[in-house]
Parts: sequence; C-alpha cells; structure tokens
Amino acid sequence: MELTLWTYEGPPHVGAMRIAASMEGVHYVLHAPQGDTYADLLFTMIERRGKRPPVTYTTFQARDLGGDTAELVKRHVREAVDRFQPEALLVGESCTAELIQDQPGALAQGMDLPIPVVSLELPAYSKKENWGASETFYQVLRGLLRSQAPEKASHDPTAWQNQGRRPRVNLLGPSLLGFRCRDDVLEIQKLLTMHGIDVGVVAPLGAGVGDIRRLPQADLNVCLYPEVAESGCSWLERTFGMPFTRTVPIGVGATHDFLVELHGLLGMTPPSEEEGYRRSRLPWYSESVDSTYLTGKRVFIFGDGTHAIAAARICSEELGFTVVGLGTYSREMARPMRAAARELGLEALISDDYLAVEAAMADASPELVLGTQMERHSAKRLGLPCAVISTPMHVQDVPARTSPQMGWEGANVIFDSWVHPLMMGLEEHLIGMFRHDFEFVDGHQSHLGQAGGTGMGSEQATTSESTPSESDLIWTADGEAELNKIPFFVRGKVRRNAEAYAREVGCREISSETLYDAKAHYKA
Amino acid sequence: MAGPTLLKESGPREVFCGLTSIVWLHRRMPDAFFLVVGSRTCAHLIQSAAGVMIFAEPRFGTAILNERDLAGLADAQEELDRVARELLQRRPEIKTLFLVGSCPSEVIKLDLARAAERLNEELQGQVRVVNYSGSGIETTFTQGEDGALAALVPMLPSSDERQLLLVGTLADAVEDRLVNLFDRLGIHCVRSLPPRQSTDLPALGPGTTVLLTQPYLTETARLLKDRGAKILKAPFPLGAEGSRAWMAAAADDFQVPSDTVADVLAPLMERASKALEPHRKVLAGKRIFLLPESQLELPLARFLQRECGMELVEVGTPYLNREQMSEELALLPVGTAVMEGQHVEQQLDRVRSSQPDLVVCGMGLANPLEAEGITTKWSIELVFSPIHGIDQAGDLAELFSRPLRRRQLIQPALHPAGSVHPIHN
Repeated sequence: MELTLWTYEGPPHVGAMRIAASMEGVHYVLHAPQGDTYADLLFTMIERRGKRPPVTYTTFQARDLGGDTAELVKRHVREAVDRFQPEALLVGESCTAELIQDQPGALAQGMDLPIPVVSLELPAYSKKENWGASETFYQVLRGLLRSQAPEKASHDPTAWQNQGRRPRVNLLGPSLLGFRCRDDVLEIQKLLTMHGIDVGVVAPLGAGVGDIRRLPQADLNVCLYPEVAESGCSWLERTFGMPFTRTVPIGVGATHDFLVELHGLLGMTPPSEEEGYRRSRLPWYSESVDSTYLTGKRVFIFGDGTHAIAAARICSEELGFTVVGLGTYSREMARPMRAAARELGLEALISDDYLAVEAAMADASPELVLGTQMERHSAKRLGLPCAVISTPMHVQDVPARTSPQMGWEGANVIFDSWVHPLMMGLEEHLIGMFRHDFEFVDGHQSHLGQAGGTGMGSEQATTSESTPSESDLIWTADGEAELNKIPFFVRGKVRRNAEAYAREVGCREISSETLYDAKAHYKA
Repeated sequence: MAGPTLLKESGPREVFCGLTSIVWLHRRMPDAFFLVVGSRTCAHLIQSAAGVMIFAEPRFGTAILNERDLAGLADAQEELDRVARELLQRRPEIKTLFLVGSCPSEVIKLDLARAAERLNEELQGQVRVVNYSGSGIETTFTQGEDGALAALVPMLPSSDERQLLLVGTLADAVEDRLVNLFDRLGIHCVRSLPPRQSTDLPALGPGTTVLLTQPYLTETARLLKDRGAKILKAPFPLGAEGSRAWMAAAADDFQVPSDTVADVLAPLMERASKALEPHRKVLAGKRIFLLPESQLELPLARFLQRECGMELVEVGTPYLNREQMSEELALLPVGTAVMEGQHVEQQLDRVRSSQPDLVVCGMGLANPLEAEGITTKWSIELVFSPIHGIDQAGDLAELFSRPLRRRQLIQPALHPAGSVHPIHN
C-alpha cells in the first residue's frame, strides 16, 4: 500500500484508451465499474476533443457480482460491435474487474466476431498509464500484423533506391494526451519532406486498421516517443526486420543527430551540419548578446523520460544553462535518465512523489524550472519561473496555435517558452537603472512581479538593512557605498560573496577593500 | 395516477462514482482528511475531477493497493495502519480521518470498519477515524456524501433540545444566509450536518427537526429518523418556489405564524422574481434534456419548468427514491418522462432525435454534444456552486441561460449563414 496524494500517471487502462481514441475504426470494450467513465473527460475536456473516446464500459455493479458478469461482458461486446461497427476491437479490464477475473479478452475472442479482437492484459496494481499505452500499441501491432509476419525477417531499408520511389518511413508513437504530439507530427512531416522522405503511416494518432496493416511497406520506423512506441518498434524490427531510429528529434543537436541516423539507415547522404543553423532560430538567438545573461542559469528539469532527457541536452549544450537537477517519473526510462544525469555530474531523481520532487527542486535552488504542470505549481510556491515540458496533460498544454517541440520549429518554440519565463536581461537591467528616476512608475515589474527569478527580490530585501542578518559581520559606510555602485542584479551575489570571504579569512568588518579582496579571491 | 411518467433503463452508464463527492466534502470540513483505500484509478479519478494541482498538499489522498497487498504478501490491515500513521504524522492538524472504501477494496472485502475501530483505539481520541464506501459498484457521484454523513450519525451526541438541523453540504455563505432567515422566522437554534469543523458535530434527539438540503441523502435520513429526529417532507431548496416551500415546512413544524412567514419571505420572493426575469426571457419555451448524474435532476427540472418556463424533454436520474422525491414528482407536469438508470448510447440517441435546446450532462459528454451543435450545461458545476435558497434562484437560472446566451453571441460570426457545422475532433 502506498500513500498517494497526486499521481503523474493514470492507471494502465487509461494508456489503452489513449491508443484506442487516437486510432480510427477501433473500439475498446472495458470491463469496469461506472466511476471509471471519468476517463472520458481527459479527452473531451483536457484535450478538448469533440468526439467521445471509442470506449464502452460494462459498468457492472455490486448486485451483478453475484450473477453472471461474464454474460454482461459479452452483452456489451455484442452491443458495441453492432452499434459502432469497428474494424478491430480491443477488450480489457480496469483494476476492479481484474480482481473478479472474468477474462473479458478471452470471452470476446470466443464470440466468433467478424473482426479482429485484441485482448489486453494490463496489470493495474503494478503498472501505469504509459506502460499501458505502450503495451496496447504493441498488442495492436501484433494482433493485426502477426498473420503477415514472414518466416524469416528480411528487410532492406535501402530497397527504395532500386524501386524508383522516394524513401518512406512510418512515424510511431504520437497519441492523444501526449505532449504536443499533434504539432510534432506536422513538424516532422515537414522536416522529412524537405529531405525527400515520404511519410507512410502515422500511428497510433489518426491510423486506421488498414494503416496498421501496411506498416511493413515502409523502409523503416521513426520512434518519436519511446514511452509509447519503443516496444512496438522493437517487435517490428524482430518480426519484419524493419529498423527504427533511436534519436528523438527535440532540440537543434538532437534533430541533426536524428537526421544523420535516419539518412544513414536509408542509405542517403547525411545532411549538412549547417542545416540547423539555417532552419532554426534557436542557434542565433542563443548566440546573440541579449542571451549572455542566460549563461550558467541554474535549471531544474523533471518530466517524462523523453522530454526531460531532451531538455537536459538543450539546456546544457544549446542554451548554456547549468543543469542542477534532472529526473523523471517514468520508471521505464530510469536507465537512460540515469546515464543522462551522470554525464552532467548529477544523480537522477526517479520518483512519482511530487512532494519529493518539490523538495529536490527547493534543494537545488534553481533559477528556472522545466517540469510538468505539477512542477509549475511547486515552482510558483517557491517563487521560481517555470516552463512546462511534459505530460501529464493540462488544458493549457493543448494550445490553439501550432506549437511543436520537435524539429527546427520545435527548437524555436522551446527557446521562446523556456527563456521568456526568465526575467529579460536587458529589460530588467533598464528597470534597475531607472528605478530611482522620478518618471519611473512604482511597481513597474516584469510579468513575474515580486517573485522574480533574478537576485532582485533578495536584493531589495537586504539593502534596507544596514546590518546583514548574520550580525557577526559589520559593513562599513564605505563598504556599503562601494556595494551600491554595483548593478543591482549582481549586488546580492556580491554581498553574499563578500560576507563568505570575510568569514573565511576571519575578518569582521567589510570595507571597500574587503570587497575588492573578495572579488579577486573569487575570480582567481 | 396522473403525474410524470416513470421509466427505467439499464446498460452502460456514464456517471461518476461516490468518491467524487470528496471534492466538496473536504472543503466543507477543513480539519478532515479523506483517505481512499483503492487503486491508481481512484487517485486519478479524484485528481482529474478536482483539478487537484492548485493545492500545495490536498486533504485527500489514496492508499493505493499494490500486488503485495492483493497476493496476501502484506497484511492489508497492517499496511493501512502504517499509511494512516504516516499521514497523521505529516498532517497533525487533522482531526477526523475518513477511510473511504472503493470498488477494489469492496471486491477484496477489506474491512474498513475494523480498521477504523482499531485506529480509533490506537489514537485515543486525538483523531476520530470514520469509514464509509464511495465505491462505484455501490454508489453514484453524490451518494458518496450520503455515505460520509451516514457514517457520522452514530457519532452525534444525544440531546432533547428543540432545534432545526440542516443536512447536506451547503456553501458557507448560503448556510449563513439561511440561518439568518430562519432566525427572522423565529427558529433560533439551527445546526448543520456536516458541520464546518468535523469535531463540532451537532447533537440529535426527539427535539430535532431535519430539513434535507440535498435530494441524495436517503441513508443519512433513515439513520437520523432512527435516532428520533423528524424528517420534514418538502421540495428541495432549489429555485425560489422550492426554497420557499422548504423553509415554510420548517416554519410550520416550529409553529411559526403564517403571517410571519409571509412577512419575512415575501420581499425575497419579489426580489427573486425580478432576478429570474432576464433568464426567463432566454429560457422560456426552450426544451431541456437532463442526463442522469448529480441526483439534482428532478428538483432542477421542477425549477426550470415552473419558474423559467422551460419544456422538459426527458429528466434522467441515476436512481429514484420515490418517497424522498414525492414532493418533487408531484410538481412535475403530467406525462413528463422521468428516466431512472441509464443506457448512455440509447439516451444519446434520444437526445439526437429530440434535438433539445439545452442538455445537462457530465463532462465526458459535453464537448462531443457541443461539437454536434447541441448546447450543454455540465452538471458538475451544479454541485460546486452556491445555488440553494430563494436568493440564489437568479444565479441558478443564470447557469442555464449562459450557455444559450453564449451561443447566441458567437454563433452568427463563427457560423456564417450557409456554413455547415463541422464536427470537431
């Protein structure tokens, strides 16, 4: 038993619903009590879908338990097939039905239905949503493609060269309730088109049963979201010999690496290293002088495995931030996450306890948080700026505008959405310079107000007192005067450094000389 | 018998389970914690329905059962003790701990009453531990509150004092207003269940007269009656007319002269009538279809038909307690289709074929219906908003007129003449 106040992931059958609702012509009969129908609102309210998810809940009640719940399952299966006329049926159970062991999948398979039936067994007491999505996608592929499997897998991803056609790849993994999947698909399609590569099937998002059946006609698979598609991609590789790409194209460097990997597998000449610089604005925006204030900004990253690992690379390599914390709630991604953290000299935080994440965040004293909606709330409590990079989904994460994370445009979106929450360097500098002018309207603050991320808040708090809180140190008048000549946005740091230095050398008075000594000491 | 036509259907349902009522119960009693003993689904349900992230640390949570508990590798009772201790250590301000049963805990027959008894002994009165079931195999949405209040009834001290007891969660402001009005009527001792502090339980006895504020408190009412309280029969306090009759029932029981009732309530009724007027203009003659969810459907239908002039296409209700609803049923027009239970697909077929002007439904169905061009009002808002009493009649009507007004406002620009209404997905 585990005390949970809030959870990053839903139960595994919600993952199955994500796959079913992403696809066309698929219906899911879920053996579950009435309360489980809440899951519909995830799609209709959070993702603002104008369609109900294609799910029939058996909504059995206590009084049914004494009788024949198996017959109840069969009745709902029959009704669902008659009413919705799906091309394939998924059948499974939620946590409560798992306990009464009706085996709805097997029951449906024994009903001699005219359509393929995929039986889902998703252990509700040990697994979670992303695992459920991944397992369901894998079972759908297996259920619909097994009959086509060759005796011996032989597949040449460069075969297109002799067939007088352009190379063709499938995009696997995008699903409903996934982070910006809708927009990532558009962006990756655009990216591939620029390189003369066709997209065969996108799945599960928007794929029908016929689309799944023609997956093997592509040259390879692009695994866009490993949380959902990696096990399916591996099965296609084992069974049909189709290779798949491992690099997730989030960020300029990763998008380039993805293109190199893809071109290599397809037997094409890799693209120029300059492409990212030409196609995305992130590289130049990061190089431009206004961005120097981003240097070394301390950033705390937490999210699903894919987005958090990608964020760590972008922060450290492309934006010049210092990553001071990195973690994920996806246990399935623990291994790559630990490796990514090690490279940055950190220990990965693998946890689904949001209070532990908040504690780690407070501990790391970051200047920017990249996290889920929950970290956005934690960061707000700590007075830290935050950008959201990952599920769990919130209605704000489904913006009306196109807002991808992947590819060149995704890198642009990322630059804007991660940098804007920080105080704008130049803007804040000017506010600091002119705040004593009579024209200055009191209360003019950046959008962050008093809870801002730079040293401004703490600076205001300390300048009014002539003696710092640690009363063992005394600032002389000329020490204070010298300190006040220093621009406000570094003043707090200089004050702290000077005091730390004074204690270190055992000096009680801080004069202008001490300030210069401290400066020399820390620059050395 | 003349009156509404009572119908029944069964099949797949689209309603919340009783756990959902924790969302408003925990706000009513800020010193109580609701610990669901259940699965990840339970935790996900409550956080999805409640928008939990706004809380630093919510006063509800789930003790999630895992495979070890189910396989008997861990003793579920011991595990529950451990989780409860861990929780109370972290939240020392908690005075009452509700252990809430769920579908899985009911199916594995985890005895929460035993757990509560044991924990009560251990905690020696520092924290009171109470148990009830909010499981979806036994309860629907608002029925969870019935379970929680019923579990409190045995804890109520006894008293013969003459008093009026309001039973069912009300918004604090609404409660204050009602207490003030009863005071003006000459009923000075008015208490509430649930109370604002979980430790401040009202006393109960033969001198107690109960007014139910909500129509879903069947079991609580039965237990209160067993303890000697008198349960008044009245329409529920939704809308001006219903609220007036509800207050008048209490006045009658306390032998308040009818002149006093008229003097106190007449100005309120007049004001309510003015407040209702603009909404009546929008709603009159419009056809409404209520899907079953909150159990408030019958009183709402009565209000919308009698005071707002709406035409009732179908009034769904998750279950029908004819005795408790007798006053409401009597006020519905002859022949009104009242449907108990649900077959959601068949019901949606009826919605589509009858093309009502407004549908009251749950959050899972609202946007899909809107995308088909059918205006909706989501019902969960009705259990979160202060809608009880004569003074709130205008606000209650506004909840229904707003979606219609909104459509009138934006439809002409968004759907120029001749354009086909697209299905969004």
